[in-house]
Amino acid sequence: MASSKRETKQYKVIGTRPVRHDGADKVTGRAIYGADFRVSGTVHGKILRSPHAHAKIKSIDARAAEEHPGVVAVVTGADFPDLKDKIANLGEGAVNLAHLGANVLAHHGKVQYKGHAVAALAALSPHVAEEALKLIKVEYEPLESVTWVLDAMKDDAPLVLDNVFTKSMGKKSDKPSNIATHIHFETGKVDEAFKKADVVIEREFKTASVHQGYIEPHVATALWNEDGHVTIWTSTQGAFTARQQTAELLQIPVSRVTVVPCEIGGGFGGKIAVYLEPVAAMLSRKCGRPVKMVMNRDEVFEGTGPTPGSFVRVKLGATKAGKLVAGEAWLAYDAGAFPGGMIGPGCMCVFSCYEIPSARVDGYDVLVNKPKTQAYRAPGATQAAFACESVIDELAEKLGIDPIEFRLMNAAKEGTRRVDGPVYPRIGFVETLEAARASEHWKSKLVGKNRGRGIASGFWFNIGLKSSAAAHVNPDGTVSLVEGSTDIGGTRTSVAMQLAETLGIPAEAVQPRVGDTDSVGYTDVTGGSRVTFATGLAAYEVGRDIERQMRERAALLWECDAAKVESADGVYRANGKSITFRELAGKLDETGGPVVGRATVNPEGSSNGFATHIVDVEVDPDTAKVTILRYTAVQDAGKAIHPSYVEGQMQGGAVQGIGWALNEEYVFDENGRMQNASYLDYRMPTALDVPAIDTIIVEVFNPAHPYGVRGVGETPIVSPPAAIAGAIYRATGVRMRELPMSPPRLWAEMNRGSG
Amino acid sequence: MARKIHVATTINGEAVEFLCEARQSLLEVLRDTLGLTGSKEGCNNGNCGACTVLVDAQPVDSCLVLAVEAEGAEITTIEGIARDSQLHPIQQCFLEDAALQCGVCTPGFIMSAKALLDRVANPSDEEIRFQLAGNLCRCTGYDKIIRAVKDAAGRLAASGQKPAAANPNGSPARRGQRQRT
Repeated sequence: MASSKRETKQYKVIGTRPVRHDGADKVTGRAIYGADFRVSGTVHGKILRSPHAHAKIKSIDARAAEEHPGVVAVVTGADFPDLKDKIANLGEGAVNLAHLGANVLAHHGKVQYKGHAVAALAALSPHVAEEALKLIKVEYEPLESVTWVLDAMKDDAPLVLDNVFTKSMGKKSDKPSNIATHIHFETGKVDEAFKKADVVIEREFKTASVHQGYIEPHVATALWNEDGHVTIWTSTQGAFTARQQTAELLQIPVSRVTVVPCEIGGGFGGKIAVYLEPVAAMLSRKCGRPVKMVMNRDEVFEGTGPTPGSFVRVKLGATKAGKLVAGEAWLAYDAGAFPGGMIGPGCMCVFSCYEIPSARVDGYDVLVNKPKTQAYRAPGATQAAFACESVIDELAEKLGIDPIEFRLMNAAKEGTRRVDGPVYPRIGFVETLEAARASEHWKSKLVGKNRGRGIASGFWFNIGLKSSAAAHVNPDGTVSLVEGSTDIGGTRTSVAMQLAETLGIPAEAVQPRVGDTDSVGYTDVTGGSRVTFATGLAAYEVGRDIERQMRERAALLWECDAAKVESADGVYRANGKSITFRELAGKLDETGGPVVGRATVNPEGSSNGFATHIVDVEVDPDTAKVTILRYTAVQDAGKAIHPSYVEGQMQGGAVQGIGWALNEEYVFDENGRMQNASYLDYRMPTALDVPAIDTIIVEVFNPAHPYGVRGVGETPIVSPPAAIAGAIYRATGVRMRELPMSPPRLWAEMNRGSG
Repeated sequence: MARKIHVATTINGEAVEFLCEARQSLLEVLRDTLGLTGSKEGCNNGNCGACTVLVDAQPVDSCLVLAVEAEGAEITTIEGIARDSQLHPIQQCFLEDAALQCGVCTPGFIMSAKALLDRVANPSDEEIRFQLAGNLCRCTGYDKIIRAVKDAAGRLAASGQKPAAANPNGSPARRGQRQRT
C-alpha cells in the first residue's frame, strides 16, 4: 500500500482485517434477506406487465381475476392517488412523484416499455397468483416505439410522453419532446483554444444499456394494519428513502410507514427507487393480510433500472508538448421511460480527471421506450470515461508520449477547477498514476501474439449526505451500535471499526446493527460511495460523545473535575489513576446509569475518488473473443478502514466494468422488446471469464474525515471499458468505440474491408 | 388442485418427510415448506447457482429439481455443513478471506466449492474457476472467492481430511445437475 506522508497516526483497529460481524449468519444461510422474511397469514402478490414497448391502455378488465377463488385482491393504477407533478428530494437525486407513481403501476393510460407494470393481484400462493394474472384482460393499442437515444431525439420520433417539454438553460420548449433536459457547461474560450492546439482528435462513442445485475431480485412484504399503520420488510439501499417514496405514492404521512430493511443481496444503485413496496401495501390494504411480492429474474431485467444507453462525442486539443488546451463533449444519455436519467453526473465527469483550461460540455436527457434508468455504480461516469479516456489514449499515441506520462502532465490536482465549476481540494489522482507506473504489472513486458496492454483512469465524486447513529455501552465493555445504512458490502464492519478506533476498543467489542426507520435517525441511501465516509463519520462522533460521558463517569469515581480526565486508546487517566474503558463500563451503575452516545452528520461536498486501471488482453484472431490475461486496479481510498473490503470493491467494480466492456447489453427486437431477459442470455462474467484482479490501494488522506476516508465503491467501474479498448487496439490495431466490444462487433471491425 | 404428493428424503443427515405439489421445485419446498431459506433464489431457471445444494453429493441447482425427485435422496444444504458449532473450513475461509460482500450468492458458492473439495484435494485456480462457473457473483469479481476455496483446500489437507470419491458409479443424472467433469 502506498501511503501519503500527511497521515502519520498509527491505528489499532483501522487498517486491520477483522471478520465481519454478520459473517457467521451469511455463511450458514441464517441471514434473513428480503425473500427469507416470513410473517404468518402472508399472501403472494404478482404484477401483470406490458407485452408492448409502447401502447395505449384502452381498457383493463380484472373481474375474472377478482372472482378467482384463490385471489384475495387486485389493484390497478386507478386504486392509487392521482399524483400531481411534484419533485421529491430522495437524498441522492430528486424525482417527479407523478412519474415515479406511473412507473410503479401505469395509471396514465399508457405503457412505455415492455415490462411496465399494469396491474397486480394477491393470491393464496405464488403459483395461483401467476395463473390468475392471465385472467386480467388488458386491451392495448400498440404505438410506434423508440429505443436508441439518437433516434429518440429526432423531430419525427414517437413521443414517449406527450407532456414532457425540453428544459434548457431555464427555458422550456414550445412543443413536447423526448429531450427532457439540456445541460450546458462552459469555461474559457473554447473555439479560440482549439485553434491553438497542435493536435485535435474528435471521436464518437456508443454504449448499450446494461443492468446492475444484483443476484437478489426485488422483493417486498407489506402489511397495512387495521390501525392504518403500514410496515414494509424489504431489500433496499435506503430504508428512509423507501419509506418516503411509499408514503408519497400512497399519500399518507411518513409516520404511518415503517420500513424494516432486511439483508440486501446487492444493489449497485438499482435498489433505491421503489417498485414493489407501494403495490404490496395497496394490495395489503385491500385484503387485510400481509402481501409478499418477489420479482422473477425476467421482471428484474425488463421492469427495473438499466443504466442509460448513450452516444458521446469527445473532442480534445493538445499542444505538441503534451498540454491539453481545449475540450468539447456532447453527450446524449437515454433516461428510459421517464425523465431524470444520469446525464448530470455524466456531464460533470467527462473531463473530471484533467486540467483543461477551456472546455464546453452539452448533455441531453432523452426519453426512450426502455425501463426508467436507475443509478448503476458511478452512474453516468463510465459512458463518459469510455469516450474521454479513449481520446486521451489516442492523443498520447499521436503525440508520442507515454499514456501515463501524458495523463500526469494534465492530471487534475488540488486547485484544479472542473468544467462544471467546483475546485478540487486535496485529491489523489497523481498518486494513482504514479503507483500504476511503479507497479510490477506496468513495468513487466507483455509478450505474445495478438496481445495488448491498455490503461485508463476514472473518477467518481463520493458524496457525504445525512447519516445517524447511536450506541450504548454494555457492562462488559462492549458497545452496541445502531446505524441507518443498509449494509451491502460489509459497511456494518467498516463503520463499527471507526467507532472501535475512536473508543480504543477492539472491533469485535462493537456489535453493529442496521436499524429500521423507527429505530435510528434519518439516514440517506447506501449509495454515492458514502457509507464508510459519512456513516463512519457519524460512528466517530458517537464515539466522541461516549468518550466525553465516560470521562465524566471516571471523574465521578475519582471525585475530580471531568476536564482533568484524559482518555487515549481506551484508557482514562487523571491524577495518576487510570481505568480502562472496559473497567469503567462495569461501573456505570455506580456512576449514574446507562451511557448512550448519538450523532447525526451531514457532510457536504464530495471526497473525489480517482483510479487508474491496467489491463492485458489477448484477442482470438478468428473469433474476436477477448480474454483478459492480467488486470491491476489502482485507487485512492483516502484511508482503507478494512483493506480487504476496499480491495473487494475494486475487484468487484472492475469485473462489472469488464462485463460492460465485453459482453453485457440489452438486445431489443424491432418492436423494442428486450430479447435477452435472463442471466443465460444477458451473460454477466463468471469466475471462468476473468483472472485474478490485482489491487493497489493508494492512501491520500482526506482532510474532510477524521480518519481520512474517501469512499471507494463506485470509482472502480469507470475505467475498465476504456482500458480494455486500448488493450484491444494494441492487440489488433482496431480502435473500438462501441460497447459492448463483443465478438460480433469486434470481428466486424477487425475484418472491415478485408471481406 | 391436484392432491399433494408425499416425499420421504434425507436432508442434512436427518430423515424428512413433506407433502408437495407435483410442480413445486426442491428449492421452493426447502424454503417455503421446510423453512430452510439458506438456499437462495436468484433466477429460478438454473443460471445463477444461488440455490445450489448437494443431492447425493452432486451439486445441483435446486430450482431445476422437482421436489418429488428428492424421494430417497440424500440432500445437503448450506444449513447442514457446519458441525458441532464449528463452521466448515470453507465457511471459515470465506469469512477470513472476505470472500463475500452482499452474501446472497455465498451459500451457493460454498455448496459448489464443497462438492469440488469433496472430490479433489488440491484444485488449481483454473479448476476452481471452472467448477464455480455455474455460480454468479456480482459483488466480488470472484478473486477472493477463489482464494478462499484454495485456502479451504489447504486447511482440509492439513487436517488430514481426504476427499471422498463422490459417487464413483453415480446416481442417474437429475434435472438441474451440472454436467461438468
